[in-house]
Amino acid sequence: MSMTSARIVVPKTAKRGEVVEIKTLIKHPMETGYRRDHRGQVIPRHIIQRFVATYNGEEVFSADLTQGVAANPYFAFPLRVEESGEITFTWTDDRGSTHTEKAEITVA
Amino acid sequence: MSKSRGEGLSRRQVAAGIVAVALVPLAAGSRAAVAGDQISTALEKITGGAPVTEGRVKLEISSLAENGFSVPLTVSVDSPMTADDYVKTIHILSEKNPVAEVVKFNLSPRMGRAKVSTSIRMADTQRVLAVAEMHDGSFWSAEAHVIVTLSACIDGG
Repeated sequence: MSMTSARIVVPKTAKRGEVVEIKTLIKHPMETGYRRDHRGQVIPRHIIQRFVATYNGEEVFSADLTQGVAANPYFAFPLRVEESGEITFTWTDDRGSTHTEKAEITVA
Repeated sequence: MSKSRGEGLSRRQVAAGIVAVALVPLAAGSRAAVAGDQISTALEKITGGAPVTEGRVKLEISSLAENGFSVPLTVSVDSPMTADDYVKTIHILSEKNPVAEVVKFNLSPRMGRAKVSTSIRMADTQRVLAVAEMHDGSFWSAEAHVIVTLSACIDGG
């Protein structure tokens, strides 16, 4: 399954030195690998394993996930912005599928 | 839950362990290890046996979760988040989920504040431990107990 649907909330503008809140959500089943289908077959594990946020190319926050994270993983975290630039978000699942979102922030 | 609990420890052994721990005078740093065997094992891997002190970490999670499939939590750590004083990682550990480690957050001084929110699955009524590793290698923790009405992992996703 490809990961195509993600939502991110990043302020368009901020003051220099301001700590802004960033919110991300991606549609993903986070299949645990413990469930069985109606024929009794184990449904294979399928989870996002890693989430990375970068700010002008530098990693600022990341998460290593297990089956314990709820479906459609949601993360909210702060970021202190010192200059205008690009914030990127990348999710990678255990089938090697990745999804990237980008946002621009203007710092006055 | 489809994985057996206790990891080979009998109920009696676990009970004996709890009693043994309870008999030891409680230093501030020893509280975290009481949370449950699965948590203790995971904690040992994370800290390599270094002491974990209760404090500096705040774990906000509902004490009564009606839906174990998605339980919101926010973890924050008292830290200035500067280049020479910051939180490196925060681990969320569960006492009774099939996998003890729920999620690991890797933080950086660029965040400005040490505060992260997410939603987790909870297989059962249980304790949750948040452990933060500081830049200086010290470990701090906060614990919460959550009653789960509808368990994750029984069926459905």
